[in-house]
Amino acid sequence: MLQKLQDNRNALGLLFMLPAAVLLVLFLTYPLGLGTWLGFTDAKIGRTGEWIGLDNYQFLWNDSVTRLALFNTIFYTVVASILKFVLGLYLAILLNRNIRVKTFFRAVILLPYIVPTALSAIAFWWIYDAQFSIISWVLTKMGLIHNYIDFLGVPWNARLSTIAANVWRGVPFVAITLLAGLQTISPSYYEASAIDGATPWQQFRHVTLPLLTPIIAVVMTFSVLFTFTDFQLIYVITRGGPLNATHLMATLSFQRAIPGGALGEGAAISIAMVPFLLAAILFSYFGLQRRKWQQGGAD
Amino acid sequence: MAAATPDAVGMEYLESVPRKLVTVYLPLGIFVFVLLFPFYWMAITSFKPNEELLSREGNPFWVIKPTLAHFHKLLFETAYPEWLWNTVIVSVVATFASLVAAVLAAYAIERLRFSGSKQVGLSIFLAYLVPPSILFIPLAAIVFKLGLFDTRWALILTYPTFLIPFSTWLLMGYFRSIPYELEECALIDGATRWQILVKIVLPLAVPGLISAGIFAFTLSWNEFIYALTFVSSSEVKTVPVGVVTELVEGDVYHWGSLMAGALLGSLPVAFVYSFFVEYYVSGLTGSVKE
Repeated sequence: MLQKLQDNRNALGLLFMLPAAVLLVLFLTYPLGLGTWLGFTDAKIGRTGEWIGLDNYQFLWNDSVTRLALFNTIFYTVVASILKFVLGLYLAILLNRNIRVKTFFRAVILLPYIVPTALSAIAFWWIYDAQFSIISWVLTKMGLIHNYIDFLGVPWNARLSTIAANVWRGVPFVAITLLAGLQTISPSYYEASAIDGATPWQQFRHVTLPLLTPIIAVVMTFSVLFTFTDFQLIYVITRGGPLNATHLMATLSFQRAIPGGALGEGAAISIAMVPFLLAAILFSYFGLQRRKWQQGGAD
Repeated sequence: MAAATPDAVGMEYLESVPRKLVTVYLPLGIFVFVLLFPFYWMAITSFKPNEELLSREGNPFWVIKPTLAHFHKLLFETAYPEWLWNTVIVSVVATFASLVAAVLAAYAIERLRFSGSKQVGLSIFLAYLVPPSILFIPLAAIVFKLGLFDTRWALILTYPTFLIPFSTWLLMGYFRSIPYELEECALIDGATRWQILVKIVLPLAVPGLISAGIFAFTLSWNEFIYALTFVSSSEVKTVPVGVVTELVEGDVYHWGSLMAGALLGSLPVAFVYSFFVEYYVSGLTGSVKE
């Protein structure tokens, strides 16, 4: 009887899993494998590729544009993630205070995260316009600058401008998820530490931060993951320019594979992102594990 | 999570009002200003006549002679209405299909507990971590082979790759919170698994379904890289792709209609979101919980 139920259960489980499994295997697992294989071939659009071993990777390793894209991606991810973390945590702490119309603030702050990134990126493109930038206009009127800033025409300006747009889009996500974590911290910890004479900084350092670490680890893993593989912002604002100064791995692989037609090479670039992503996930996973023990949690 | 009771006020009474203005409301105001400014700028630009857009005189923060010319151009001289329609269809169908698949999968993993359900649950989470910018090249090859290239089906069938893992993960959390005893009672009364799912579990999981639905809808509305790669004719484009690829013509940018297009494309998600903020937030925070 029990055995029959067990069998039944497995059969039923299989049946229930079927729609999700078919879609995911066909359009997620299989492409992942196909992408890996394509990376080892010289496939072009409209032509099945031949196995060429590591040639793509060898070529990309010596390709100065790819190296620049790798540098850009790491720089973009590191700087944007740090800024998103610091600003997001600050905003979360502000929102966790006893403020009026809290739900209104929370709703409004998430807006940059929910509207289509490609469309808000166009707004940034306009804000960064070389001739009509509103930022330049304000700075000129204030007498801080005399010539309009060429935000997207100079490599370092363009890198920093796109990072600013990415931070703008990512801060709400970090802030709202960290706020959820902050709300689970009991106020009695703060009261107890205040009675013991802790300063606000000490409270932050020794109460807030340790209790928030697990959720910080998860949130930042997601943030790093999506920043590292970012495509839309760069594609819309700069298309990788000027002089490839803002190309990320994702935009470069798109450019080589779709308009350029070199599917194999493009696939190799995207597969080359995987080790970095795994490293980021493992890093935060083990960071999380250590903290569990520090809080006196299970092992 | 619901620990934010009035007790959370804690020692706030020790702080004076002027001090709080400077340490809380001022920085909060700056954050809100910076986060909302691009939308204001988008909106004000879309109502400005071209002379005002291209002049450095006067106050650019306000519009002197508002005009609907850019919206008129957008709606009657471009394929914008078609893109809007495509986006609606693709988002609604993809969201609905993903929800059905996700409900069944989450129920099977969380409640049927078939052998290997733990591993399947973990692989769903891993699938959630696979970014579209790694998948789009091989997916393009598959879409082409299946003869779906340049059709809405290409998008409807590929969006579930990021919608299903997310929704399943979220719904698993909701199903876990429903007492198992309810199901046992129903089983004793002779209900089938299907009846239990439809009549007991789903009604109790409505908040989770709304969260997952809203989240999935905004994700598909905002999707960009698949729509850019798998579709090339104007009639099948979605709003984000249409605006970026077709409204940008030559060297002279029509900022007015570009901003009008961005505004109109953002409003539907903002509208839906405004009704379901709480569900959206719980979906967002639920999605990062392990």
